[in-house]
Amino acid sequence: MELERISYDNKIVKYFIVATVVFGIVGMSVGLLAAIQLFYPIFNFDLQYTSFGRIRPLHTNAIIFAFVGNAMFAGVYYSMQRLLKTRMFSDKLSWIHFYGWQLIILAAAITLPLGLTTSKEYAELEWPIDIAITLIWVVFGWNMIGTILRRREKHMYVAIWFYIATFVTVAVLHIVNSFEMPVSLFKSYSWYAGVQDALVQWWYGHNAVAFFLTTPYLGMMYYFLPKAANRPVYSYRLSIIHFWSLIFIYIWAGPHHLLYTALPDWAQSLGVVFSIMLIAPSWGGMLNGLLTLRGAWDRVREEPVLKFFVVAVTAYGMATLEGPLLSLKNVNAIAHFTDWIIAHVHVGGLGWNGFMIFGMLYWVVPRMWNTKIYSTKLANLHFWLGTLGIIFYALPMYTAGVVQSLMWKEFNPDGFLTYQNFLETTTKIIPLYMLRAVGGTLYLSGVFIMAYNLIKTAYAGQFVANEEAEVAPMVKAANTGGYWHHVLESKPILFTTLALVAILIGGVFEMVPTFLIKSNIPSITSVKPYTPLEIHGRDIYIREGCVSCHTQMVRPFRSEVQRYDPKNAEYSKAGEFVYDHPFLWGSKRTGPDLHRVGGKYADSWHYRHMLAPSEVSNGSIMPAYPWLFEQTVDKSTTAPKINALRKIGVPYEAGFEEKANADLGTQAAKIAESLKKEGYEVLPETEIVALIAYLQRLGMDIKAKKASEANQ
Amino acid sequence: MYKEILRSIDNIQVWPVVSFVIFFMFFLLLLWWALTVDKTFIRQMSELPLEDGTDPIQHSKTSSL
Repeated sequence: MELERISYDNKIVKYFIVATVVFGIVGMSVGLLAAIQLFYPIFNFDLQYTSFGRIRPLHTNAIIFAFVGNAMFAGVYYSMQRLLKTRMFSDKLSWIHFYGWQLIILAAAITLPLGLTTSKEYAELEWPIDIAITLIWVVFGWNMIGTILRRREKHMYVAIWFYIATFVTVAVLHIVNSFEMPVSLFKSYSWYAGVQDALVQWWYGHNAVAFFLTTPYLGMMYYFLPKAANRPVYSYRLSIIHFWSLIFIYIWAGPHHLLYTALPDWAQSLGVVFSIMLIAPSWGGMLNGLLTLRGAWDRVREEPVLKFFVVAVTAYGMATLEGPLLSLKNVNAIAHFTDWIIAHVHVGGLGWNGFMIFGMLYWVVPRMWNTKIYSTKLANLHFWLGTLGIIFYALPMYTAGVVQSLMWKEFNPDGFLTYQNFLETTTKIIPLYMLRAVGGTLYLSGVFIMAYNLIKTAYAGQFVANEEAEVAPMVKAANTGGYWHHVLESKPILFTTLALVAILIGGVFEMVPTFLIKSNIPSITSVKPYTPLEIHGRDIYIREGCVSCHTQMVRPFRSEVQRYDPKNAEYSKAGEFVYDHPFLWGSKRTGPDLHRVGGKYADSWHYRHMLAPSEVSNGSIMPAYPWLFEQTVDKSTTAPKINALRKIGVPYEAGFEEKANADLGTQAAKIAESLKKEGYEVLPETEIVALIAYLQRLGMDIKAKKASEANQ
Repeated sequence: MYKEILRSIDNIQVWPVVSFVIFFMFFLLLLWWALTVDKTFIRQMSELPLEDGTDPIQHSKTSSL
């Protein structure tokens, strides 16, 4: 048979690799800064652009979308061309994809420190960037599907299936979760409110982990692991079952992020059941990866690439066992909102994604530059620094999580909380926070060594921008009875459709009940929309990323009710959140829950606390917010905000936007007056006044209900 | 509130059953297919990553780090 000469595009892979390494270093450095801020608050620098609440989303976005994202594209572009025996569909689309994605990262790096955020985890970017992400993602998918249609290999290898599922599902997730009502160019409100918003967000958040951090990397595992081991995958049959069961089950498990919340019980149980079922495909995949090395374990000792892959796949197995266990309600009751979850995600992030990426880079770079790795010793050093880094990161965080959670829940014999002051439970774990930073430093230093090693390798070699290959043309399928290209071209499309159907079934079953819930109809009559000043205060709360450390979800546990609402003993009810666009339940309690904080302290307490937290609460690790005392609320945005909220269902009466600023002025003057009485001179226009108004509102509606019931 | 709204959806209790049936049928079909599919096809597929048409000499030169 006549062989065709083609060339694989290595240049695009090279660019994605450079971006991966650069953003890996940036993202991890930002993470390390955030870790240090938690025990030395001085590293917040008293600057709004560098305070923890804004740095934390910068870290998560940089790692997920810039580091893991760029590496995913590098891996996909490298493996897809070779598996399909064709160059990418369009070089132009490849480059639009590359530069478009980097521009999005740049936009994120600018807007997040500026406090322009939706506050929804891993979906913080504001609406214009959301649209850009959609467009660039379509370019990626277009290029990918185009390549698949032009392939010279009749059948699509399982890695390609994982890539297709990634493309389809991330598109669906991103679009559904990003429905928002713009107020201005860089401000919007989530279309959904309260419980509904929470469910959509965690359907997204959970599946972003599944389809951005997991499925593309499983595809890469099924390609790069056999390549590096130079032997086929252990069981291709198992990989088929792995694929379908994984994408089919994963999408249903989102509600396990919302156990013990106001979500309906059956939805919570559905999330738990599917989470447990996930162990099967995940471990099937892990074993398939590890067993691929059967008979080649001697080479694992010598080749850093294989070492990285083995730890990565093991970390995948550990994280995917732990995840389902965490979704059991009894485990979740202890682990949720604690550092246990931080440990869990970092076993996945540092172990699975990080080590898959490092292994891939050490394998791909020498090949693309047609040389050998500069130093195997340095690669081995990187491996050990990274492994120790993961251990030093995860173990202190597991300990911190359990210690803090048990302290939260401990009662003395008299029936009172042993640690009434939340701060006691935080200061207890600060040494563990320090150890975690040591782990992070080890891991990051390994990445620096890798960067040096890869650069030296590249300089020693000669870059092969277009790698020549000789491949057989597509064989005409004689037994199909139709035009060969008709039959073949229909398959990837059919495949994509099937993958889409699989994830949509899960999504629809999970979402439909919540979409039917009329969450804009108040179920608790005393729950009223926020006042104009409180809207501004809430937006400041969102801007400063308070949700990174403070939850607004008192779960129905005796320990939580007694801690956060000892007087009324009210846990958080679904009806309280009907005007919350977006929901601010949070996912981590570095500080106490705030859902019942209204009326708990005087205005002056909040004033002093926001100015110098550690002076009010000795040993507090909360950053200071001095800029809130200088910046003023932009009243010109009041009317557009009210209009936007009204459009998505908050019942502000017609014309309210015109008198809203007067209303705002009255409420602000009242707070300024109360502060003045206690000796704090403050301009009513300053942001701190709006924030105090919002904080003092939290939980007041349910108290009003209680009071009116008592009167009757 | 949710209980009332969920109650108002007709036959809501059948949803989990339907989801289970869909899920289970899919996996029976998948298992049946995966177990009966032709062996040579499986072998060809699993060897795909190892044959990409590039010069194999170049690879063996760099196969060890």
